[in-house]
Amino acid sequence: MSDTSATLTRSHGDGVLNPRARKVNVGERERMASLLLGGALTIYSLFRRTPGSLPLLGVGAGLIYRATTGHCSVYNALNINTDDHKGVQHGVFVERAVTVNKSPEELYAYWRNFENLPRFTEHLDSVTVLDGNRSHWVAKAPAGMHVEWDAEIINEKPNELIAWRSLEDADIRNAGSVHFAAAPGGRGTEVRIVMQYGAPAGPIGIALAKIFGEEPSQQIADDLLRFKRLMETGEIPTTKGQPRGLKGAAK
Amino acid sequence: MKALCFNGKNDVRIERVPDPSILNPHDAIIKVTSTAICGSDLHIYNGFIPTVEPGDILGHEFMGEVVEVGSEVKKLQKGDRVVVPFTIACGQCFFCQKDLWSLCDNTNPNAKMAEALYGFTPSGLFGYSHMLGGYAGGQAEYARVPFADVGPIKIPDGLSDEKVLFLTDIFPTGYQAAEQCNIQPGDVIAVWGCGPVGQFAIKSAYMLGASRVIAIDHIPERLRMAQEKANAEILDYSKTDVGVALKDMTGGRGPDACIDAVGLEAHGISPDALYDKAMQVARLGTDRPHALRQAIMTCRKGGTVSIPGVYAGLLDKMPFGAAHAKSLTFKMGQTHVHRYLKPLLDRVEKGEIDPSYIISHRMKLDDAPQGYKIFKEKEEACTKVVMTP
Repeated sequence: MSDTSATLTRSHGDGVLNPRARKVNVGERERMASLLLGGALTIYSLFRRTPGSLPLLGVGAGLIYRATTGHCSVYNALNINTDDHKGVQHGVFVERAVTVNKSPEELYAYWRNFENLPRFTEHLDSVTVLDGNRSHWVAKAPAGMHVEWDAEIINEKPNELIAWRSLEDADIRNAGSVHFAAAPGGRGTEVRIVMQYGAPAGPIGIALAKIFGEEPSQQIADDLLRFKRLMETGEIPTTKGQPRGLKGAAK
Repeated sequence: MKALCFNGKNDVRIERVPDPSILNPHDAIIKVTSTAICGSDLHIYNGFIPTVEPGDILGHEFMGEVVEVGSEVKKLQKGDRVVVPFTIACGQCFFCQKDLWSLCDNTNPNAKMAEALYGFTPSGLFGYSHMLGGYAGGQAEYARVPFADVGPIKIPDGLSDEKVLFLTDIFPTGYQAAEQCNIQPGDVIAVWGCGPVGQFAIKSAYMLGASRVIAIDHIPERLRMAQEKANAEILDYSKTDVGVALKDMTGGRGPDACIDAVGLEAHGISPDALYDKAMQVARLGTDRPHALRQAIMTCRKGGTVSIPGVYAGLLDKMPFGAAHAKSLTFKMGQTHVHRYLKPLLDRVEKGEIDPSYIISHRMKLDDAPQGYKIFKEKEEACTKVVMTP
């Protein structure tokens, strides 16, 4: 997203941060501009009184609606929000869950060693555990670059949850938590992850926001699915490296 | 190695491609000794399966000899002769452990493509679209088989390839179709489609205790095969009103269960079949469910409709009111092949069935493009093509 004043909202619409379905997603100045333009178009089309000006009446009315309610359905569909003063905080917030056919104990133990995370996450190159609470994270950035930060564990309950956050000086502030709960009827464990990426600071932050911002929800879902597969089967199924015909290879 | 590659609609070619290699610790590499063309391969050939791409190696019915195993493979060894199920299953997830192997959670690397269309992903399949895994198929000299300890079954010496090859798909598929009918003493079963799956569904329905099986098709040699080899009563839908005939033949009750072994490319000559064809040609509908409609309409009250035939997308004009009014039970899905390998291999070993009777054509893998063509056009009384590399 090139306009850094736009705030990315939760891409999964489950409404914990902003429960209103018709949320305000148009900024104050834009609402004023919509009101002026919408009013002008409405008055103009009413004076013309020709069939050809009817669409203008519709557009004008739409702009007035947008101005008075602060809600734009086009913005909504595109997941854009220019109302940067209220409601949602800056950054990305994602929550996803998967059920894994293993016990909470096994899954907790694997996750608690953060050095395992790069085995199933797409964007992490490495995590090095520094001591009981602190760890050093290296993530992939565009053009073969890397971004690094230190993180600390801020809460943990054995076999139930682990929560962590980046330390103060991180290029991109981020926090995450993972929750393990036994699924009913011996169906294994429900693993729920909550991730938050803070507002980008500086050029590296903007580049990172692009990585995390493209489809953060899908990316977390993909990572979780790889985690499930690795835990259940001991490998992550793939077809990368298998043969195919020339016509496919040339593509 | 040589492999049959999809190049486009009605265009498959033998190409030289790199040999497959072990990519994951539970993989094995199989030197293919026999492989077959499945009716569902024709859905790909005819361009009806989404996300099949040029260059994809086709084929999901194959068997052969293990030539290499990954570091975590425990049960298979070099030299073992195996039949490979067309569904790929991990053996560890909720679904595998519930004996629902074709619903395996873990074997489709492209899960999100299937989720977009179906909500959730079924298991990965060999050579059957990227949406269903994108795995290279077995119409080739070699094939890579993931989770080699879970799927492939060892074949004892003395049983020829032709007797056991169809354990990979169509025999279990026909068997599951019959099993899904929950056949009770006295039951009459109607089977639409006398292709290989239909033939095995008829045989299996008798094995499971059906009193009579009525087979429906329009291709004379296939009806003859159903009659002579599988003891079915036959109906040629191009000459008979199937609805009226089925009612007459069952004393006015209707068949206790109906099996749709046709799937998404039903032919048919009725107005609704022509409508489906028009919808499909215009890309307004993806599937042609004429056989399924007739199965629903003719099934007796409280009966079962079992659907081994493949459907891929959206169906139009389904008589759901009839299904509801008659309290029908529907059973369907890709075959849980792993569930049937051992019991059906036992039946073959005991001589209760020799599945090779459906083979009409034997050829070299090099001639596979010709095999697809004659199977599609049903030329030369083609019912089943088996190829050797």
